[in-house]
Amino acid sequence: MAIWVNEETRLLVQGITGKEGQFHALSCREYGTNVVAGVTPGKGGQEVEGIPVFDSVDQAVEATGANASMIFVPPPFAADAVMEAAAGGLDLVVCITEGIPVADMLKVQAFLEDYRECRLIGPNCPGVISPGIAKIGIMPGHIHKQGKVGVVSRSGTLTYEAVWQLTNLGLGQSTCVGIGGDPVNGTDFIDTLRAFQADPETEAVILIGEIGGSAEEEAAAWIKEHFDRPVVGFIAGRTAPPGRRMGHAGAIISGGKGTAKEKMEALSDAGIHVVESPAAMGETVAKALGK
Amino acid sequence: MKIHEFQAKEILRRYGVTTPRGRVTDSPEEAREICEEWGGRCVVKAQIHAGGRGKGGGVKLAESPAEAEDKASQILGMQLVTPQTGPEGQKVRRVLVEEALDIAHELYLSVTLDRAVGQPMIMASRSGGMDIEEVAEKDPDAIVRQHVDPHLGLLPFQARRVVSGLELTGGTAKQASKLLAALMKAYLDTDASLVEINPLLVTGEGDVLALDAKMSFDDNALFRHRDIADMRDLSEEAASEVEASKYGLNFIQLDGTIGCMVNGAGLAMATMDIIKLYGAEPANFLDVGGSASQEAVANAFRILVEDDDVQAVLINIFGGIARTDRIARGVVGALEELGGVDLPVVVRLEGTNVEEGRRILREAPYDFIVAEHMADAAEKVVSASGGANGEER
Repeated sequence: MAIWVNEETRLLVQGITGKEGQFHALSCREYGTNVVAGVTPGKGGQEVEGIPVFDSVDQAVEATGANASMIFVPPPFAADAVMEAAAGGLDLVVCITEGIPVADMLKVQAFLEDYRECRLIGPNCPGVISPGIAKIGIMPGHIHKQGKVGVVSRSGTLTYEAVWQLTNLGLGQSTCVGIGGDPVNGTDFIDTLRAFQADPETEAVILIGEIGGSAEEEAAAWIKEHFDRPVVGFIAGRTAPPGRRMGHAGAIISGGKGTAKEKMEALSDAGIHVVESPAAMGETVAKALGK
Repeated sequence: MKIHEFQAKEILRRYGVTTPRGRVTDSPEEAREICEEWGGRCVVKAQIHAGGRGKGGGVKLAESPAEAEDKASQILGMQLVTPQTGPEGQKVRRVLVEEALDIAHELYLSVTLDRAVGQPMIMASRSGGMDIEEVAEKDPDAIVRQHVDPHLGLLPFQARRVVSGLELTGGTAKQASKLLAALMKAYLDTDASLVEINPLLVTGEGDVLALDAKMSFDDNALFRHRDIADMRDLSEEAASEVEASKYGLNFIQLDGTIGCMVNGAGLAMATMDIIKLYGAEPANFLDVGGSASQEAVANAFRILVEDDDVQAVLINIFGGIARTDRIARGVVGALEELGGVDLPVVVRLEGTNVEEGRRILREAPYDFIVAEHMADAAEKVVSASGGANGEER
């Protein structure tokens, strides 16, 4: 089984007529995702390799029954695209766009209060993949393998690294969720862990955090209370200097808060297998599962 | 993005925040003239981005215009070392000359995003002039916190709550409420990520002014604030970082000996961490981006090897969107342009088109050290650089 993305997913792609949008819409389809529509305002009536393009999310939903969206809209317009997707009744919105202003995301957050059934993943994330079934995102499909380890992460390529280690050890993944590297995002670690908890086939989870904010500490507290399967944790940025943004808008130690050390301690205290080396994520899962 | 104190005050004044009268200058003679204008007593303040300027001798009181000229000539051109600059310090190019005011109380005021709640938060305390972290540690109850709905702005009762938490009364309380509202509006309008007034001054007459001001901004929102983007001062940033930003590279200069080139921020941090775990220190953080172009990679490589402290280079690429063959071509191209380099270069490639990428490296006329996986790469680059912490060098 898998979470959120599966055979039922009917994907529309906002920003499909752009270079990135087109490339990844097609690679999702190639992986097995049912890509039913594209949306670019002003380009309704066109087609992208057989995928019909609409002017609005509403039109696309009405014509195709789309239930999920993947967003490649440029940063100044991306928040609007997310809100349009939510208002269009989609269950799942995956926003890949990097560089959305924080103030725009605060607006999105307030707007989504009225659309509780809509799950936003990202922004600034690689997306979600349920290996062997479907993917909504920009991750390379071929490094994944269908299986029973859940992965949740604030990073893109570091997630690929973890997945690749698992795959090489013969450990497949149920679903891999990139929640994104921005300071204000949609789905968080706890939302994802709750879904993994409800998935009987997910046997273990890798949680990949990084410096900045307190999402890992909150996840640790939740895991201690509610999560009953092994969790392996890694926190990137032990060598990051304070006060500097390490690539991701959210990866910054400010006012002495959000250090890797604090986060690793919180995870350890919650009984999570914390790995010091990013090269040891896969083998630690194998050990935790007794394999 | 950070700006200088005098720029922050300029923005805040537009919103109605009261500040001492002041002007910025790069000449001691002009400092004397400005001081005369303020009535012969002034404060001369070094303008650099780092905080803690007073501790390093970058803020001086002058009792006369002649003294203002003297202090300004001492401060201008100095390498100011503060707890935030690092040991090499930062060169002072300008000073702000402000009227000297009498101080009854110094308070603390800031607005920043509370990520856990997803709302801006005002923090205020009676202990002005101290680091808020220090206050938070010693006496957390002394900090007044007020969340603000960014779409409603600061409500009058919320302003009154903060002000009464600061134990202000009467006309002073009214002025402080007004200042707080102006500060919040400035924060929201400019897409600021931080506004900090430390100290906020209460004068003997009960007037309230921003004696210092620090602002930084959400880089992602600068596209809609051209005037603020123009305030960027490149001389405050490391030359290598300015150079890297021209090519859209995320680069941060550090003190170690291993140059790193990685795609993706998380993997770049993890690569730095694993270098440390194997006993050496990273010379930089560098994310060439998810879809790194050949040209970006070539420039990144050049910037890395221009750092004299670098003893070895580690290239760690997990190709998702970024195709590893393109990365390999970029690296080989950079080496050709530089006429080869005298440094060991360890390369670890994985992901899309990896066979082609590895072939390009193998066939190039340079001796790359090829690594199989991340731990192997870290071990090889640390040993190639002369061993852990340079002990075996």
